[in-house]
Amino acid sequence: MKAYISVFKLRLYNGMQYRAAALAGIATQFFWGFIIIMVYEAFYSQGGIEAPISLSELISYVWLQQAFLALIILWFRDNELFQLITTGNIAYELCRPSGIYGLWFAKLLAQRLASALLRCMPIIAVALLLPEPYRLLPPPDPATFLLFATTLLLGLFIMVALSMLMYISVFVTLSPSGSMLVFAVLGEFLAGMVIPIPLMPGWLQSIVDLLPFRYSADFPFRVYSGHIPKDEAWIGIGIQCAWLAALIGIGKLAMGKALRRVVVQGG
Amino acid sequence: MITINGLSKTFQVAKRSSGMKEAVKALFHREYTAVEALKDISFTIKPGEIVGYIGPNGAGKSTTIKVMSGILVPDGGSCSIMGYTPWLDRVAYVKNIGVVFGQRSQLWWDVPVVDSFELLRDIYDVPEQEYGSNLSLLTETLELADIIQTPVRQLSLGQRMRCEIAASLLHSPSILFLDEPTIGLDAVSKIAVRRFIRTINEEKGVTVILTTHDMNDIEALARRIILIGKGRLLFDGSIDAIRSRFDKEKTLTIVYRNRPEPLQIAGATIESWSPERAVLRVDTEKAVLSDVLIEASKQVELLDVAIDAQPIEDLIVQLYKEHQIS
Repeated sequence: MKAYISVFKLRLYNGMQYRAAALAGIATQFFWGFIIIMVYEAFYSQGGIEAPISLSELISYVWLQQAFLALIILWFRDNELFQLITTGNIAYELCRPSGIYGLWFAKLLAQRLASALLRCMPIIAVALLLPEPYRLLPPPDPATFLLFATTLLLGLFIMVALSMLMYISVFVTLSPSGSMLVFAVLGEFLAGMVIPIPLMPGWLQSIVDLLPFRYSADFPFRVYSGHIPKDEAWIGIGIQCAWLAALIGIGKLAMGKALRRVVVQGG
Repeated sequence: MITINGLSKTFQVAKRSSGMKEAVKALFHREYTAVEALKDISFTIKPGEIVGYIGPNGAGKSTTIKVMSGILVPDGGSCSIMGYTPWLDRVAYVKNIGVVFGQRSQLWWDVPVVDSFELLRDIYDVPEQEYGSNLSLLTETLELADIIQTPVRQLSLGQRMRCEIAASLLHSPSILFLDEPTIGLDAVSKIAVRRFIRTINEEKGVTVILTTHDMNDIEALARRIILIGKGRLLFDGSIDAIRSRFDKEKTLTIVYRNRPEPLQIAGATIESWSPERAVLRVDTEKAVLSDVLIEASKQVELLDVAIDAQPIEDLIVQLYKEHQIS
């Protein structure tokens, strides 16, 4: 465990030194946030039918999405891990007395967290002060906020467990671009990053509910605004834990298999 | 300490010729060739030995090291190191070994060396006191004091390699595998690395298995060499044994007072000749060296004599030739 914490810390400090990248990221996220909110605002002002999610709930959904982007996007990639596999530097990782799965999990977790910590504070601070209707409203009560924090954290773990599968696939394919693309496009759509899940047609929602992706992004954001009530949130946390256990189990199994047949590239 | 029996490993290598047609064909049908990297390799190594593991490129040296350090799973054979089977008891076993791959890096590129060291301390769970004493010993003998705070990307190859070696020894392993530790180093760094390897072997009793293409490394360090080629074990014994088997020719360089006509000496072949200097080759099985010298002194007034054994490199080339693996 000490090893994992140590990897996590080193990676976190390392990741937090990229200030310029964070600033550029913040600017991009604001731009996107405004554009998306404007589109929905126009959309809602025309609507005759009752919307499945209110505009203010949707706006907090969008801002949280932008603030915590680094925690929830699938295409957040660690090229170092890909290089380890494709160049054969994995040889060193394999002669360490700890499981590679755990070490990599800690690395990926720290990297996402470092990136998110730098970006989320300014975005949230500014979004809370924006004029109506662009303002991000605070959660209805402190208990909701705690639930949101818990679900976001669990969501981050699910996202890392999912992306581990992608890294493991590189043992077989030796090139990350294919599995990346399939993963990123499909996963992001299914996580509600393109269209918020409440706005999807019913049949699609029932498919999305069966998959793990929405539990990393859509679910915590709707808990925040209270769109998902507290008792439902507790059930959701249970589902998150189940998915997490399943994904880590699958990942460890696949990793074990891949390592038994591993070929250290490059002699 | 190390017992290896009948080890074998085969890799599947995809092959195709150049050209568009072949590239398109490979989309539908891949041809694989089985490359036997190791064929029935057996040897034992006792605690405290330094063994030079040599062979031409692609002989299977690194593959053996990777099997012995638990990275690769062999297709057949057994390997018992300190009572562990490396690939089965990987996590428990690797605490006892240190590995250096000369062509790879285990240090984190963007952070100071000491951060990587501390990470390794936590990964290996080294007690603080042991870590402190190991670090000060390594810093002193490998002269790391000035570079330990520097990010790895700003180190020279020689500096980095010294740090890599230190990183592999922080957890006081009892076996050290070195896969080409002196590759690309200058003479000074090579000598520093060699001296260091000898020190830890003598003072801490670390067993060292070393692969290299630099025969000076072998001569400076290893009593025993294991030679493999094309995956087979070809020779296992001391350097002296190779010498007595192959080193049957001596080179004799003589310098003498001016003599315009060529020499004729029984038992020696003239390699080159000038009025002041001649290089002779003597086959020690056919002629006695002292007789050749006496004969030479009768013909010319000798000023200087040098007798050279064949360099170890030539002996190895002869070994390769004998087994037709060059």
